[in-house]
Amino acid sequence: MSKERIKIAPEFFDIMPPEYQDLVTKATYGNEQRGWKDIGTSKELIEEHSLCAGCPESMAFRYILASLPNPEDTVMVGSTGCTSLVFPHVAIHNIHSLFGNQNAVASGLKRALMVRFPGRVKDVVVLAGDGATVDIGLDMTMQAWFRQEKFTTICFDNELYANTGGQESGLMQKGFVAKMAPVGKGFEKVRLPEIAREAGCHYIVNCTVSKPSLIEKVVKNAIYVARELGPTYLQLYTPCILEIGKNSMEGLQEMRDAEKPTERFAYKEYISEPAKQLLAEMAAKDKEKKAAAKQLASQGA
Amino acid sequence: METKSVIGTQNKKGQVYTDARVMMNEAPRTDAFFTGSEVIKEAVRRASVDVMIAYPITPQSEAAALIGELFAEGYIGDYFRGESEFAVMGQCAGAAFGGARVFTTTAGPGTMRAMENFPMWAGARLPIQVIVTCRGLNSPLSIQPDTLEISYLIQTGMLVWHAETAQDFYDWILKGYMVSEEPDVHLPLALCCDGFFVTHTKDTVMLTPTDMCLPPYDPYRSPVPCMDMECPPVRMMRDPFVMKSNYISYATHASWQQEVWAAVERSRKHTIAWLDGLIETENGDADILLVASGTAVSQGREAIRLLEEDGIRVGLVKIKTIRPWPGEEIREATKNAKHIIVPEFNVTGWLAREIKASIPDTDRLVAAPHVFGGMTMPPEIIVSEIKNALGIRTEVLAGRG
Ligand SMILES: Cc1ncc(C[n+]2csc(CCOP(=O)(O)OP(=O)(O)O)c2C)c(N)n1
Ligand code: SF4
Ligand SMILES: [Mg+2]
Repeated sequence: MSKERIKIAPEFFDIMPPEYQDLVTKATYGNEQRGWKDIGTSKELIEEHSLCAGCPESMAFRYILASLPNPEDTVMVGSTGCTSLVFPHVAIHNIHSLFGNQNAVASGLKRALMVRFPGRVKDVVVLAGDGATVDIGLDMTMQAWFRQEKFTTICFDNELYANTGGQESGLMQKGFVAKMAPVGKGFEKVRLPEIAREAGCHYIVNCTVSKPSLIEKVVKNAIYVARELGPTYLQLYTPCILEIGKNSMEGLQEMRDAEKPTERFAYKEYISEPAKQLLAEMAAKDKEKKAAAKQLASQGA
Repeated sequence: METKSVIGTQNKKGQVYTDARVMMNEAPRTDAFFTGSEVIKEAVRRASVDVMIAYPITPQSEAAALIGELFAEGYIGDYFRGESEFAVMGQCAGAAFGGARVFTTTAGPGTMRAMENFPMWAGARLPIQVIVTCRGLNSPLSIQPDTLEISYLIQTGMLVWHAETAQDFYDWILKGYMVSEEPDVHLPLALCCDGFFVTHTKDTVMLTPTDMCLPPYDPYRSPVPCMDMECPPVRMMRDPFVMKSNYISYATHASWQQEVWAAVERSRKHTIAWLDGLIETENGDADILLVASGTAVSQGREAIRLLEEDGIRVGLVKIKTIRPWPGEEIREATKNAKHIIVPEFNVTGWLAREIKASIPDTDRLVAAPHVFGGMTMPPEIIVSEIKNALGIRTEVLAGRG
């Protein structure tokens, strides 16, 4: 999409909702340097949300949407869960279809976009809960990876089924007492990052969303690698403060506690050899570009 | 904005994009002796399909694999085997959301495995075409022809057509896209046939020229935006997420569903034009009418011939579409009939139930014979059902359903 397409006819500009005027004039579509630092100074691609006050998912959404390298040509696929209540407020095309089939939908979508727009970059990003990704949708999550589908899968891991009221999920910790786990969960947290590696993902990160700069980096990497090589996977801890009995202000501390070196969400990454090479090449090009720009600037001065 | 017609230009295989009416109604036809599966392949060759997703289940596996050959030859944009019917129908949805013309095939247990997707397709207004080569539902396992699955499909908001012959199949695959992609319809189509009887038997079919194909799908001729970030508004989901617990939300959902069914109704005019009516009658003035869909119609034709030899005149009503439902047409066609015989290839008699809900004096209707579990429907059992209705004694036939 070029920005031309969403331009408002001058005659109608003043009667358009201010929210849409801002999207056209102040959003960061087309800005290659966009990132988390734009938050608060530009029109964000997420307007409001209907999550619980203080839910870390809301931070995660803002950071991810600010970090998409190519939002004007990105389509997102969600699933049923707390995230699906946010997607109607997101200013890029997005699909809600069923609970758990997000990676199947994304496979068809990505292929259709490749058929319809050969030679153009159209990124597809899946964003779904842990129940959707690991339990009901696990076969489709993994089969998309086996097939080397070129899109990024992001899992908002809150270690339970939040939207239905806090039931046990495969990513819940062992022993946690929850609805449908009345005597505590009987088995270990499913090791999806390792499974993702074995299933063929090229770039995998397991972390929390406590640091926006880190989220920007991993989201961009995941999307660049998916574009060129194949599937990538991000598992982000977005604690459900409601179900674990925390207050609105306590989400950030909960994430900081969970990312300590011996904890479940200590930063962990896996990058395949081709992905390492690709990221190194991109970094080198970026450096060259910056150096050239600097030189140009100094010549001009 | 620049607008250019593609009609008259060539695709990468050298086929000429042709006005569908010219291609289907005026272009010269040549005959071929093909199985139903080969006929599906030949129709898809000319359908300008962007994405086909396949999964094996008898009796559609052969057709699904043949379309793979079309992909290898370059007639289809993309093709792959999904991991299950549930996944395949989700993949089809994704491709259609992204603006592709999508084709797939399934049958029996596959239809049931995929079922959650079908109302979603209709609600999201995705004009996907799925061929359903009907077969028995478990359990016990059966791969034999049986039309029970159609009774589930007709509640989904999809268009549901029931082909009798390979010729119907050929024409309706192509015409089906033209109807379901109309902006005032924009709904998925389940194009059903009776497995094996149509898929695995050879028949003479009149084909349109190989070097002509349908115009491509235009995803912007749609009542809902295409999810490709090429069209505003950008703050947009295809099907609005209205799951809130308040009256406005319920009303939105209710009106959305009503609109889906209104679109099924609006498909009527296009379908009548393309299929030459939703029903077809022969000897409609006879006192006795056989009303059927699918291959029960063919068996009915044979029964009618046998009865003619006995001096009993029977008329025929062939139902082509189950959704939209030709209720008024059937009421009109049967208004003077004294006996209405409805033979079916399933145990529950869903077609008879639909007809009963549309006509007065339902005691005229005989919901029989019913065969299922793979049994065939010899014309003799239809004959005996008709004679029975007329009070003529016949010998009891073995194998009666
Ligand atoms: C087929 C189907 N089964 C079950 C549900 C009910 N359901 C809706 S959301 C949900 C839980 C979502 O959990 P998760 O994916 O972890 O997302 P969260 O709400 O925790 O963000 C469930 C079980 C459904 N909508 N569809
Ligand atoms: S229920 Fe939990 S995950 Fe859902 S919005 Fe509230 S805090 Fe967030
Ligand atoms: Mg969850």
